[in-house]
Amino acid sequence: MSGMHDFTLASARDALKARKISAVELTNAHLDAIERLDGRLNSFITRTPDQARAAAKAADEVLAKGEGGALTGIPLGIKDLFCTNGVRTTAASKILGNFVPPYESTVTSNLLRDGAVFLGKLNLDEFAMGSANLTSAFGPVENPWKRNGSDAKLVPGGSSGGSAAAVAAGLVLGATGTDTGGSIRQPAAFTGIAGIKPTYGRCSRFGTIAFASSLDQAGPMARNLQDCAILLESMAGFDERDSTSVDTPVPNYEAALTRGVKGLRVGIPKEYHAPGMPAEIEALWQQGINWLKAAGAEIVDISLPHTKYGLPTYYIAALAEASSNLARYDGVRFGERVNGSSLDALYEATRAAGFGEEVKRRILIGTHVLSSGYYDAYYLRAQKVRTLIQRDFLNAYENVDVILTPTAPSGAFAQDEKPTDPVQMYLNDVFTVPASMAGVPALSVPAGLDARGVPLGLQLIGKFFDEETLIAAGHVIEQAASFTHRPAIHAGVSA
Amino acid sequence: MSLDAKTVTRIARLARIGLEPGEVDALGKEMGSIIDWVEQLNEVDVTDVPPMIGTGLAKPRLREDRVTDGNRRDDVLSNAPDREGPFYTVPKVVE
Repeated sequence: MSGMHDFTLASARDALKARKISAVELTNAHLDAIERLDGRLNSFITRTPDQARAAAKAADEVLAKGEGGALTGIPLGIKDLFCTNGVRTTAASKILGNFVPPYESTVTSNLLRDGAVFLGKLNLDEFAMGSANLTSAFGPVENPWKRNGSDAKLVPGGSSGGSAAAVAAGLVLGATGTDTGGSIRQPAAFTGIAGIKPTYGRCSRFGTIAFASSLDQAGPMARNLQDCAILLESMAGFDERDSTSVDTPVPNYEAALTRGVKGLRVGIPKEYHAPGMPAEIEALWQQGINWLKAAGAEIVDISLPHTKYGLPTYYIAALAEASSNLARYDGVRFGERVNGSSLDALYEATRAAGFGEEVKRRILIGTHVLSSGYYDAYYLRAQKVRTLIQRDFLNAYENVDVILTPTAPSGAFAQDEKPTDPVQMYLNDVFTVPASMAGVPALSVPAGLDARGVPLGLQLIGKFFDEETLIAAGHVIEQAASFTHRPAIHAGVSA
Repeated sequence: MSLDAKTVTRIARLARIGLEPGEVDALGKEMGSIIDWVEQLNEVDVTDVPPMIGTGLAKPRLREDRVTDGNRRDDVLSNAPDREGPFYTVPKVVE
């Protein structure tokens, strides 16, 4: 059944509607691939094959009547940060190791409404805190890509590393991700797939386990932007249960795909020429500029002067919010409990045992920057710098429609090349964090391979709620790059 | 600069995270290096700049004051690590 692994989400949808394939055979082929490959990749924390087969059977009945939604019968994976009714949801943390939500997140409800088939819950960095999927309590995820002539295990990026690896390896046709400072875009770039972080407020946060509430945003990850557009249209929309959800109509994103970039003004920010950036990433960026220019876009040099302050601002704002959000994991109402002689002792023992090292470090720093005597110096100052970062983008958009940058300062690195200094690890997000701070939408598309055969991505950053222009410009890059490479570990490759 | 043991212990207490004595020094070093790194924000002129609290894209909404959810006691309690009937249990807090 290797043909089953050559579908994109869009082509599978069309084949299902035309009854050329059945939802049951499509789902079974993907479940088989998970069985074959995921013992190694570890992209799933929880597999739900029985529910998936039942949902696929129901999808076939709907399709047989000529009915069905945009995703009827499409096998997807769900980042294990989205609450799924009756299915364990862990945030890749020991502290939520046995948590079974009695409700469904809005984003996954929307996907189910449109007929999607969930194959299970995907691995991530613990509480979405990480850039390499090395902090999960359920073990690291392996990137299905390999360097030329090497069997070293590469990281898939993070925090949506399980989502990225599962899509890249062909275990699912698409996945949900969440992006707080780059957690959709950086893993998409590391695994040669596409991913969109929508405008803050475009997808509801209801039922998504919170990391930094003013930054967290759900988005799609898939083989290409057409597939992402189909998923985003389903995931997005106003939700009265999220006070930061924005009540604006959801456009037909798929229709924006072929708009082209004729006359579009594309900004190139000089501050993204980071010192020490590999020459091949500079070269790929220039290639992207040339592709857009050749398709009729106008290239404009711009400045985003506060770019270098993006990361430190992010690490104050996000960690402060995290320390507050994660206060709820106290061993009383849900999650793992470690008993103690007093209530405080119970809290301290529960949180010491339940959280991993990176999460503890981040909660402690967040607590420090919010504590009496440090609040003004760190937290309030960071919020002011955040205003300046947002103004940089708003000023730039007076003159350009979209901004082109690399997605990450390197390709995927090996699991054992992980930097020991936390700040070095944070630099992975240097190009993705500023758009998160501003709340503007951004995406990553695969644009080429580096000299060692590992994928690299380009990032497009857009105006508030203008995901359509991003998708149109991204599709031009996609077509020019004609990225058809597959990773070494893939469902369609017989071992 | 490394954070001293007293500071690390105080922060951990505020965060209700129990630390082993052996963890304090290493955490102090790591946290200190992160704090040193974020201090580059001191070079930014933020005079008269308002703090950004969220993105400001969503308008505050009003709704009718009525119950929209509830009567789900068993759902709410379904993940309790320890309970007695319809109650969560905790160690004794009042002598």
